[in-house]
Amino acid sequence: MKVALFIPCYVDQFYPQVGIATLELLTKLGVEVTYPLQQTCCGQPMANSGFAHLTPNCDSLFIKNFSDFDYIVCPSGSCTLHIKEHLHDEIRPDEALSIRKKIYELTEFLTDILKVKNLTASFPHKVGLHQSCHGQRGLHLSQMTELTAPPFSKPERLLRMVDGLQLIELDRKDECCGFGGTFCVTEEAVSVKMGKDRITDHTKHEAEFITGGDMSCLMHLEGILRRQHSHVRVKHIAEILNAQ
Amino acid sequence: MKNHPELAEQFNTDEARVNWHDETLWWVRTKRDRMSHALPEWEQLRESASQIKNNVLSNLSDYLIQFESNAKANGIIVHWAADANEHNAIVLSLLRQQGATQMVKSKSMLTEECHLNEYLEQNNIDVVDSDLGERVVQLAKEPPSHIVLPCIHKKKEEIGELFHEHLGTPKGNADPQFLTHAARLHLREKFLTRKVALTGVNFAIADTGEFVVCTNEGNADMGAHLADVHIASMGIEKIIPQRKHLGVFLRILARSATGQPVTTYSSHFKKPREGKAIHIILVDNGRSIHLGRPDFRNALKCIRCGACMNTCPVYRRSGGHSYHTAIAGPIGSILAPNLDMKKYADLPFASTLCGSCSNVCPVKIDIHDQLFKWRQVIVKEGYATSGKKVGMKVMNSVLSHPSLYRTSGKIGRWIMNHFPSVVNNKLNPWFRQREMPEPPKESFREWYQKNKKR
Ligand code: SF4
Repeated sequence: MKVALFIPCYVDQFYPQVGIATLELLTKLGVEVTYPLQQTCCGQPMANSGFAHLTPNCDSLFIKNFSDFDYIVCPSGSCTLHIKEHLHDEIRPDEALSIRKKIYELTEFLTDILKVKNLTASFPHKVGLHQSCHGQRGLHLSQMTELTAPPFSKPERLLRMVDGLQLIELDRKDECCGFGGTFCVTEEAVSVKMGKDRITDHTKHEAEFITGGDMSCLMHLEGILRRQHSHVRVKHIAEILNAQ
Repeated sequence: MKNHPELAEQFNTDEARVNWHDETLWWVRTKRDRMSHALPEWEQLRESASQIKNNVLSNLSDYLIQFESNAKANGIIVHWAADANEHNAIVLSLLRQQGATQMVKSKSMLTEECHLNEYLEQNNIDVVDSDLGERVVQLAKEPPSHIVLPCIHKKKEEIGELFHEHLGTPKGNADPQFLTHAARLHLREKFLTRKVALTGVNFAIADTGEFVVCTNEGNADMGAHLADVHIASMGIEKIIPQRKHLGVFLRILARSATGQPVTTYSSHFKKPREGKAIHIILVDNGRSIHLGRPDFRNALKCIRCGACMNTCPVYRRSGGHSYHTAIAGPIGSILAPNLDMKKYADLPFASTLCGSCSNVCPVKIDIHDQLFKWRQVIVKEGYATSGKKVGMKVMNSVLSHPSLYRTSGKIGRWIMNHFPSVVNNKLNPWFRQREMPEPPKESFREWYQKNKKR
């Protein structure tokens, strides 16, 4: 099984520890992972701003980097979803299509492909899970509260395998945090208010850590937490699943 | 005119009010969840509703003609209006025919869309909105901020104040029951003396020529039954094929809107009584153009339940008026650009694309996907700001050249480490209320090359 690691650009630049945790976790689980060195970005920031027509170069670079692998694993629901829904290439349409099918967000790869039943991780803290919208509603990593359907949650199942971790309940299980890509700067007032409210739901239930599958949401929440001088910290789910 | 971010920022200057607005609407969303989760067949109902509406949109002209001929056979007078102006002119001419200078009107978002009240006022017609929430915003000289709960942005104390000023209720009394009673007395007089009443239409049945109006207050019936002339204004997409389809729509409408099993009044109108008249105005106002946009046509499935607004985390925190259009929230943001792409270029961007709207929508409109697609159209048609255009082009060239990307990342992190004030300043909208991430010494790639290269 040839597995490639896709590390989103902002994780590469600002949160290398998330990439490292992802790599270590997969290695621990017996997966041989390669990180294609020429990778940059999935193109989502441009597409979500209405500039999808500018992304063909980004798309073909992505295809060049990743088409040789059986699986592509990415520690971000949002970037995974973008590739799954929008990657295309005029010259190599089949390769684009095949990549769309073989890219996996980390927790779904662990649950659906590796079928992980237990982990050797320990994280003795109260943790709140922020379900990022693109992972949840886009990739269906967990059930959505709007639907009349049986509950499930891939990230939650994994977190419950971690020793000592206490998952807190939230009042609003799947409310958006307000990051939203360029939304976080173009609609600054609402974005920050949404983030503050998301944080209050976690602190009200005494979370010490907020975790999730998307560092972008967590970066936004972290920015607000630090401005509030809060003791609550954010940690990407890969870091917790890899914690010793 | 101010755009969504500016109006939203204004709304957010009073955080306590934002909290109250958010919690009030979230409570409605919770009621909707309770009702819909109690029906095991809920998702099937949504699917049926969606399919019926798809069928309607694919055969709209046939159903409209069928409806017209059946309605005529029932003795209803049918008018066609290509746009808002034609609609308003028809209403005015009907009023003039009756020699009426006053009219009662129950809730109709279509008339808001057509700005009927302003038009009639200019023509010296006194319009009284008979829906309680509509009456409140009418007295406040404001547009409704929500399609189902028009005065949801107003606190009861503010309503008490308005009623004190306009209806003479005692100052400081904000008891909802008392105020409702006062409004009832005030409206009763209007109902009894108006010769012409206008209502909206929730569903029009092609097969029988009937139409159905749903309200909780019975105000549509009061108006229509007491007046000599009943005018019903409807958008052409309100057609459903057969009466039996009401069995689907009446079940999903109120559950989605307010978490009630059904609206208190679902009134069926088929033919005028002796000596009275029913007029129905079929209004296009951009709908045919919308129908011709393959990516966006299914927004016309909307039954105006308001569920997408109640669930929208942005709407709850920016208020209905921030959308500066008759229909606010997610659905408004995908309808408005069809009417005026330039004026409403900001609305498809007033969303995080979280997707909650599409999940609650009882007719399964792919609202958040349409928001994404409208963004592409708006940029391509040239309505993006030029700063954004340059930024995106730079970003694109950086991200499609690996070495350029690595160098800019490195420089960026170096600048942030050594000259934090370059990014940590008031001009950076991220920094106003959030700290920037702390730049690490090395990127993941740099770490990987050091540690993993064999
Ligand atoms: S788009 Fe859907 S959820 Fe929104 S008002 Fe229309 S029917 Fe209701």
